[in-house]
Amino acid sequence: MSLAEIAVGLLILVSAFLSMAAGIGIVRFPDVLTRLHAATKPQVLGLATILAAVVLRAPTWGVLTTAVLVMTFQLLTQPMTAHMLGRSAYRTSHVRRDLLIEDELGRDIAEHAEPEASDR
Amino acid sequence: MSFLTVVSIAAGIMFGIGGLAAVARIIRGPSILDRALATDVLLAIAMCALGAEMAINQHTDTLVILLVLAMFAVVGSISIARFMAKQDVS
Repeated sequence: MSLAEIAVGLLILVSAFLSMAAGIGIVRFPDVLTRLHAATKPQVLGLATILAAVVLRAPTWGVLTTAVLVMTFQLLTQPMTAHMLGRSAYRTSHVRRDLLIEDELGRDIAEHAEPEASDR
Repeated sequence: MSFLTVVSIAAGIMFGIGGLAAVARIIRGPSILDRALATDVLLAIAMCALGAEMAINQHTDTLVILLVLAMFAVVGSISIARFMAKQDVS
């Protein structure tokens, strides 16, 4: 049992705990926007810790560059997904208005509403 | 039992709980957005589990699968969110 092995085990446990927390979160939270908050944990931090564990376990340049590439693509694509889902949830009224503290998007939409702006 | 065996059992249980919760939300989820979101979470958990298996068994065979999933996982959820109409509630 070396020091690197303990580090790898701890990183795997962190990622597994974040995955479990995301699962419990999307079961227990009340609407789409709060579930988005829970869902992003394993997508970013969980994958980052697990890639660090893989790189620690097989420390070569090929593995390191591939891991960096995986994390880059994940960080590029997951915010797009979350943004589109949140926007679609707002536009199709899947939002619990009683849970919102401040509705800045609704204020902006009301401000910019014009008679001819009916295409969206 | 070595340290990494204990870690792999505990991580397997936690990944399993997360995956089962995501499947439950896919089945129950009141709207199609909940289902798309839960599918994303299930995919993220599968990626983490693949990586954990790689780190425990000390090989890098499935790292390419992680790369492809990170590149193309975005397509499904974005197309659901983009082309969803107001009347598609379920």
